[in-house]
Amino acid sequence: MIPVAQNNDFRDQVMVATPGGERLKSCIQCGTCGGSCPNGADMESTPRRLFALINAGERDQVLDSNTMWMCVSCYLCTSRCPQEIPITDIMYTLKRMSVAEGHAAGTDGAALARTFTSYVDRYGRSFEFGIASRFYLTQKPASLLRMGPLGLSMFTRGRMSLTPTRIRQVAQLRAIIDKAKELGGAS
Amino acid sequence: MAERIGVYICHCGSNIAGMVDVEEVALWVGTHLDGVVVSKDYKFMCSSLGQQMIEDDIKSEGLTRVVVAACSPHLHEATFRRACANAGLNPYLMQMTSIREHVSWVTSKRDQATVKAIAMISGAVERVKHQEPLQPNSVDVDPRTLVVGGGIAGLQAALELADAGHPVYLLEREPSIGGHMAQFDKTFPTLDCAACILTPKMSEVGQHEKIELLTYSELEEVTGSVGEFRVKIRKKARSVNEELCTGCGYCEEKCPRNVVDTEFEVGMGTRKAIFTPFPQAVPRIPVIDRENCIWFERGKCGACKKLCPTGAVDFDQRDEIVELKVGNIILATGYDTFDPRRMPQYGYGRLANVFTSLEFERMCNASGPTSGQIVMRDGKTRPQSIAIIHCVGSRDKNHNPYCSNVCCMSSLKFGHLAMEKTGASVSAFYIDLRPNFKDYEEFYKRLLEEGMDFVRGKVAEVTDAARLPGEEGKLIIQAEDTLLGKQRRIPVDMVVLMSALEPRPDAKEMGLKCGISCSMSGWFTERHPKLDPVATMTDGIFIAGACQGPKDIPASVVQGAAAAARVQGMITRGKVLIEPVVAAIHEEQCSGCRICNDLCPFNAIEFDGDKEVSRVVEALCKGCGTCVAACPAQAITGAHFSNQQIMAEIEGLLWDAKPAGPPVEAEERPVEG
Amino acid sequence: MKYAFYPGCSLESSSVAYDMSVKAVADKLQVEFTEVDDWNCCGATEYHTVDALAANAIIARNLALVGPDLDQLVAPCSACYLNLKKTDKLMVEHADIDDKVNQALAAGGLHYEAGRLKIRHLLDVLFDDVGEQAIRERVVQPLEGLRVAPYYGCQIVRPLNGFDDPEYPVKLDRMLGWLGAEVVDYPVKSHCCGGHMAQISEEQAFELIRRLLHSAAEYHADVVACLCPMCQLNLDAYQGRVNNFFNTRFELPVLFFTQLVGLALGIGTEELGFGKEIVAAEPILATRIGSTADAVPEA
Repeated sequence: MIPVAQNNDFRDQVMVATPGGERLKSCIQCGTCGGSCPNGADMESTPRRLFALINAGERDQVLDSNTMWMCVSCYLCTSRCPQEIPITDIMYTLKRMSVAEGHAAGTDGAALARTFTSYVDRYGRSFEFGIASRFYLTQKPASLLRMGPLGLSMFTRGRMSLTPTRIRQVAQLRAIIDKAKELGGAS
Repeated sequence: MAERIGVYICHCGSNIAGMVDVEEVALWVGTHLDGVVVSKDYKFMCSSLGQQMIEDDIKSEGLTRVVVAACSPHLHEATFRRACANAGLNPYLMQMTSIREHVSWVTSKRDQATVKAIAMISGAVERVKHQEPLQPNSVDVDPRTLVVGGGIAGLQAALELADAGHPVYLLEREPSIGGHMAQFDKTFPTLDCAACILTPKMSEVGQHEKIELLTYSELEEVTGSVGEFRVKIRKKARSVNEELCTGCGYCEEKCPRNVVDTEFEVGMGTRKAIFTPFPQAVPRIPVIDRENCIWFERGKCGACKKLCPTGAVDFDQRDEIVELKVGNIILATGYDTFDPRRMPQYGYGRLANVFTSLEFERMCNASGPTSGQIVMRDGKTRPQSIAIIHCVGSRDKNHNPYCSNVCCMSSLKFGHLAMEKTGASVSAFYIDLRPNFKDYEEFYKRLLEEGMDFVRGKVAEVTDAARLPGEEGKLIIQAEDTLLGKQRRIPVDMVVLMSALEPRPDAKEMGLKCGISCSMSGWFTERHPKLDPVATMTDGIFIAGACQGPKDIPASVVQGAAAAARVQGMITRGKVLIEPVVAAIHEEQCSGCRICNDLCPFNAIEFDGDKEVSRVVEALCKGCGTCVAACPAQAITGAHFSNQQIMAEIEGLLWDAKPAGPPVEAEERPVEG
Repeated sequence: MKYAFYPGCSLESSSVAYDMSVKAVADKLQVEFTEVDDWNCCGATEYHTVDALAANAIIARNLALVGPDLDQLVAPCSACYLNLKKTDKLMVEHADIDDKVNQALAAGGLHYEAGRLKIRHLLDVLFDDVGEQAIRERVVQPLEGLRVAPYYGCQIVRPLNGFDDPEYPVKLDRMLGWLGAEVVDYPVKSHCCGGHMAQISEEQAFELIRRLLHSAAEYHADVVACLCPMCQLNLDAYQGRVNNFFNTRFELPVLFFTQLVGLALGIGTEELGFGKEIVAAEPILATRIGSTADAVPEA
């Protein structure tokens, strides 16, 4: 093993949790990712800057930032990165770490993910009406009013069911999910 | 008569002695191994004292064989062979065994290291008993040289050899010599006019009595080996008789057919169907582009033929194969450029005012398609703002991993020319700035003073989709300004892409013809990247200039001169010694199956059609042993690596192995039911 | 041509029009899609945010459920397609992930042999397998005069290469050309619609949507053709909110490409789910190619 110049547990953790993540060490800070990102202008740190922070071991600053939560998974960065760093996947890792280490409490991104996955765990399918209502009610109730007309037009066109669909073998799915969580894949 | 073997065990300071108990080994070898009459250990065998020791012992002890246990033969085999030769012992009666790379550097326990060293020396001792004296062959070096490629590197090489009085054939694929440098406007950092410094060399080459120019010609085949190559050149049909043509240019003037010039003008300008690529072409003999000529299309026109004052136009001219004999070949075939259509995010080909570096270069050139005016694609509007994008296709695992070396400086040059000619504002978008040669850093500082703008950030996208005020009708550069940590959108009129340098598309094929290989990135492989950049693994084939890897003009000139110097050295020596460690095919046993012919990595096996046997070309053979192993009739032996020698070495290595007992009975297996 | 089919959750709710048109078109083109029995949600982008292994495991459940007689799995939704294909690729390239995922699957009595399935996007199947000739010769109502802006979005072309150019894809453009439509070449056809951004940060989302609508409108598109439920939802359902937010007046119908394919093949609009879009397509269709309520019989 080639030793790192300084003790960078944070970076090691990020790299291990992301397939192909070891390429993070090869970042030449070119800025292609920051330049490509559709939301780059509105992030606290561009992806490139975030990687500089990771390489410098700045755990809190990284996990507190809004960068990964603004990632739309468009993969332009990943596609263009000259060092083939799996940037979008690192964003997912950072989201998971951020949630797991309590940095993202209360944020919309974390709440949406939690709400969505709770429905999948329970029914085996997503349930747009249920997810949207719970999410807006808990995170931003004022927005519910604005979403009302949209919801209505979707419903009247038969594009939104008011009841969830359940797969037959929910128990099987549950068993798989529980085993996966037990094996430890959170980060 | 029993051999008298001298064994020398090197300490190599503490490199070997730190792990191997060298004194014990020397003692053991001296007392246990048959035939060993001298067994010594010494601090540094490669030193002059160490070598002297071997020489003295050969004379005083009458040694007939020498074994040196030390570092890798790659380093000092030649040294110890020379020591033997100096003392009158055939150098091939010496065997080295590496107890450094193979023992002390890879073992962590002293006792194990010592045991292994003993085994290896024992192997070497047994082997050396069976070694034969060998004599290197010598080959006369033909003083003629073939230089492939008439760019700046090839021109330099040709001139140096010719000025030294040696005949040179200069082969060039295009109708004129000059290469890419002829396309440039100015050169960095001096801002010399490229043509002004190049054309005198071109002229000199054209008129030199020792240089025979073979332009509009291709290398077809290379056979033979160093000192005595035989090459076949295809002189493509120019449709113009070189003896009669005076280069007056009347034909070109009168030709009615205009063709888009995709070579010299990189698609930005036109030429005629009968043409010389540029005004200073050497030779000034035109070529007919038969694919675009009215006569060859439908038998009409023929104006050039009718009007030529010397009757030099010859529609019936055919390609001609010329056979040459040369002693050495210098490949100086140059580079190609990356096609930026492979990166659609930069919009080249879709967005009109995105230019490649070569296109921009032609625009700057006073005799170029826009007469030296920097204008947009409409041919008349001056840009008020220009963005230069670095690293297009370079430093990118998606395309080429390497840095193309010249683009940072080229970009500075473009910035200067653009600001000078148009007064436009110029912004360069870079990852790192690499002005890394003499006066280059100062050139960068000069451009800073001249007001060129630099943004550190590889451009993500060039788009015409306006979003913010001021962007309508412009090309927008979207990049992260990494020094500010902000994404920026900068509207400009014109974009210049600094495209990567790439190997020629047929570089690999060319390499194979000459028996050399290319690296993973496609550049010709040099013998050693640090210490021998112009030689290759094939003796007599040299490389120079960008074909070895992206480089600028001074570096190409240097390599051209270096290759010429190496060839000169060979010519001066007059003879070349061929290592006698070669394979030999025993004709009586050869069945003519030819399996060995294609297996040889060095194309060193010929087939004699009359006798129907294969034969090794000793000058090309590197003694790799592939054919020896492959021959189904065991008709091939490898000198210095005979079966006897190898088996003896194995016996020696296994000196303490238990003797083989009776064969073990296979266990009875129950039959599957 | 037989394929396993993974509809994805959206096709049963927000994107029923996609579901309807896929079925109608597949039938017409004699492509047999067999829905994966008891398939579960792929987790979209949300499950990967919570737990990587669980996300891969629930995706792999779908892969494991494909019957042994089928080796091609088709997804009409770009996000599902990417999830399915990516998980399979991870399992092929990383033995440890393969091991763990299969351990999780085993808890549910399932197993998936990494790399067994060829995972395709619906567009890929129609373009490459069904092909130009088969589609062109079945066109009975060419979409002449209809200016269509093909909108690819992101996840169909990135990050997994091989299907089309990741920056400047062309296959949907070409297919729309086969239908006789006038294809609008506009610069942002593979830029992002914002995904789930509309739920998280409206301003950001609306800006991304606005950029796409603006460009398509600037190039005088009559309709936009999508191949992903999320994209269609964002561009269609939020168009009104975008207009309010930016004071724009976009009125650009956003359809699924299969609806247009079906239309050209003579299938009736009702069967193709027309009318389910929020920004109505009927007016412009009527203007450009005449009333299309009834199915056009084959010649």
